[in-house]
Amino acid sequence: MSLRQIAFYGKGGIGKSTTSQNTLAALADLGQRILIVGCDPKADSTRLMLHAKAQDTILSLAAEAGSVEDLELEDVMKIGYKDIRCVESGGPEPGVGCAGRGVITSINFLEENGAYDDIDYVSYDVLGDVVCGGFAMPIRENKAQEIYIVMSGEMMAMYAANNISKGILKYANSGGVRLGGLICNERQTDKELELAENLAKKLGTELIHFVPRDNIVQHAELRRMTVIEYAPDSNQANEYRQLAQKIHDNAGKGIIPTPISMDELEDMLMEHGIMKAIDETQVGLTAEQLAV
Amino acid sequence: MPQNADQVLDHFELFRQPEYKDMLAKKKAEFEQPVEAEEVARVREWAKTEEYKDLNFSREALTVNPAKACQPLGAVFVAAGFEKTLPFVHGSQGCVAYYRSHFTRHFKEPTSCVSSSMTEDAAVFGGLNNMVDGLANAYNLYQPKMIAVSTTCMAEVIGDDLNAFIKTAKEKGSVPQEFDVTFAHTPAFVGSHITGYDNAMKGVLEHFWDGKAKTAEPLKRKANKKINFLGGFDGYTVGNNREIKRIFDMMNVQYTMLCDPSEVWDTPTDGEFRMYDGGTTLEDAANAIHAKATISMQQYCTEKTLPFIEAHGQEVKAFNHPVGVEATDEFIMEVARLTGVEIPEELAKERGRLVDAIADSNAHIHGKKFAIYGDPDLCYGLAKFVMELGGEPVVVLATNGGKAWAAKMQELFDSSPFGANCKAYPGKDLWHMRSLLFTEKPDFLIGNTYGKYLERDTGIPLIRIGFPIFDRHHKHRYPVWGYQGGLNVLVTILDRIFEHMDATTNVPASTDYSYDIIR
Repeated sequence: MSLRQIAFYGKGGIGKSTTSQNTLAALADLGQRILIVGCDPKADSTRLMLHAKAQDTILSLAAEAGSVEDLELEDVMKIGYKDIRCVESGGPEPGVGCAGRGVITSINFLEENGAYDDIDYVSYDVLGDVVCGGFAMPIRENKAQEIYIVMSGEMMAMYAANNISKGILKYANSGGVRLGGLICNERQTDKELELAENLAKKLGTELIHFVPRDNIVQHAELRRMTVIEYAPDSNQANEYRQLAQKIHDNAGKGIIPTPISMDELEDMLMEHGIMKAIDETQVGLTAEQLAV
Repeated sequence: MPQNADQVLDHFELFRQPEYKDMLAKKKAEFEQPVEAEEVARVREWAKTEEYKDLNFSREALTVNPAKACQPLGAVFVAAGFEKTLPFVHGSQGCVAYYRSHFTRHFKEPTSCVSSSMTEDAAVFGGLNNMVDGLANAYNLYQPKMIAVSTTCMAEVIGDDLNAFIKTAKEKGSVPQEFDVTFAHTPAFVGSHITGYDNAMKGVLEHFWDGKAKTAEPLKRKANKKINFLGGFDGYTVGNNREIKRIFDMMNVQYTMLCDPSEVWDTPTDGEFRMYDGGTTLEDAANAIHAKATISMQQYCTEKTLPFIEAHGQEVKAFNHPVGVEATDEFIMEVARLTGVEIPEELAKERGRLVDAIADSNAHIHGKKFAIYGDPDLCYGLAKFVMELGGEPVVVLATNGGKAWAAKMQELFDSSPFGANCKAYPGKDLWHMRSLLFTEKPDFLIGNTYGKYLERDTGIPLIRIGFPIFDRHHKHRYPVWGYQGGLNVLVTILDRIFEHMDATTNVPASTDYSYDIIR
């Protein structure tokens, strides 16, 4: 089987790292050989696999050694649950430097040093939004071919999903990147499933899985484990297994997304009665003025 | 006033006039808060000690005068070596001014190269528009047959994706769809000009061999009897490439020289400006995939390119800037083996002449100690040749050399008693070299033009071999490869030895007793 490169994108705090690690653990259970490339300066994309936060990120070690050329692959690659290979790109402290360049440097280093040999899946876990060219590195040509966007029924999560679709669209024509689908991480907002499905439709893709909210995820996470490892027989583990199977069966397919405008997004929320129709005559008026 | 319209003084003379001397002395006394001359002298002497050297070598966060340039320079070098190819650097203008002037100062020829002129807005919004407009302008103004794109720091930090940008530019009609635009990401803050050479060369071959960024079918290799020749980043490319062609023709070898700037950096003055001249034809670049084998003259210039070529089914062989008898023997015999040709008698004769010349001059080089710096391969080639001549390298330093290079150098030193006292210094700069010159006390220093300040500080005569050579003319026209090239290097070394000998033995009855006229 040829190497499949996938990436998880989504709004910050949406549960990307948790969802991706649980899904990848389930994929490893299916016998897949996996490499996780954490592309977040916080370096917590592999925490549940390693039972610890990776201290030795590519960039911290490179800074210590003087240059990234002085590093060996063994220095940065840790082996976690079911032999999943884990690498964290790392990056600067908040407020300084350029995290985007860090992503570019790390991915180049991994490619040049043969980290992608003898594996079935590479998964990139990318922070927040595609804020600059560096964070688009994982979706350049010959990198990730399928993107999975983790979202929820919250307005801003959907907004971010739409924005990420714009990023994918930019690279879809020149490169080969495609949107694999949306993954809804339940927040228990109103009509969440309906909304997520509708957004997926508007983007031209599918909601491939609706992951229900379950406290067991928290329990596992406190123990720095995936649910797959912590409670393999739980319902939640089963959900992640289904998601993993769906991604695996997707076999690298995907679509070029059709992102929508902010107005269309708001209209969609109104359609579902989440947001009341705005009376344009009331915009900009204070409570006092409205009371008159 | 020291000068007027009738008597204009050159800067050499001008600042030695009393008016300027007084002014500079006053400026120093009144504004520079000078330290006592004795203290300056004390520190100067202290900087020559082992103690200072140890402190100097424990430096961590500071580089002083690195002996290397940045990646895009190497990429521009590669572009200059292909037929009617315009080097296009995606980034800000100042960088490109540097590449052009650097080559022009060395080769004394204009070097054409364009920039996408990225400014503040491009840094914020990405350089796509610069690429779109830049390619269109360059294509229409300068009518190249190919454009070779590389990047500067700025484009790399913001993560501009050349592949996607060039595709978009083509879709927008900047250049025709089938027009060849090769590209290489060449972040200037990674590696050096030799890394840039490597990346750009691989970029060109990838373009022609692997389906022109998915716009054509990848080529299928049908092996023929030719060999490819990669010179690497080479300040002697004008002389060297011509010499290699002469040797290959003499041997009846069928070859493709991949990247040959020997014409464009040596155009005649005959009334016609040649923005492009010579170079590897694009057809030859594509057909190079069918070659039997590829030879690289500089291993560390082709660390990514050679494995790429090997993966396409060719045999590959890398040398380390071969200079001298043994190194040239190895090169010639390898070419003969790969192509199945006989080595012609004439070449054997040239070899004999070089051996003869070495024997004639041996007494003057034997036992002399040399410090050498430069690019990793050049260092290797020169150190090997110095040892072959009976000289003793004591310091070999390459700012852009790594641990693997240092290990390879050590192997070379271990192979001969002349290398017994030598050490390789990877990743060190010319300020380290300054300390080493004081403590290791070599007789001669081999390096590029920047070595002239080390010569001034240490009094150790500089033999100018390397890149860049700004302050001597036309050296790049003389090969350093082949037996003839070995002879040129020998003469360069000897000339400096004799000049130094004359300069230190020319006071009658004081330093000169025997009125030597023969050396």
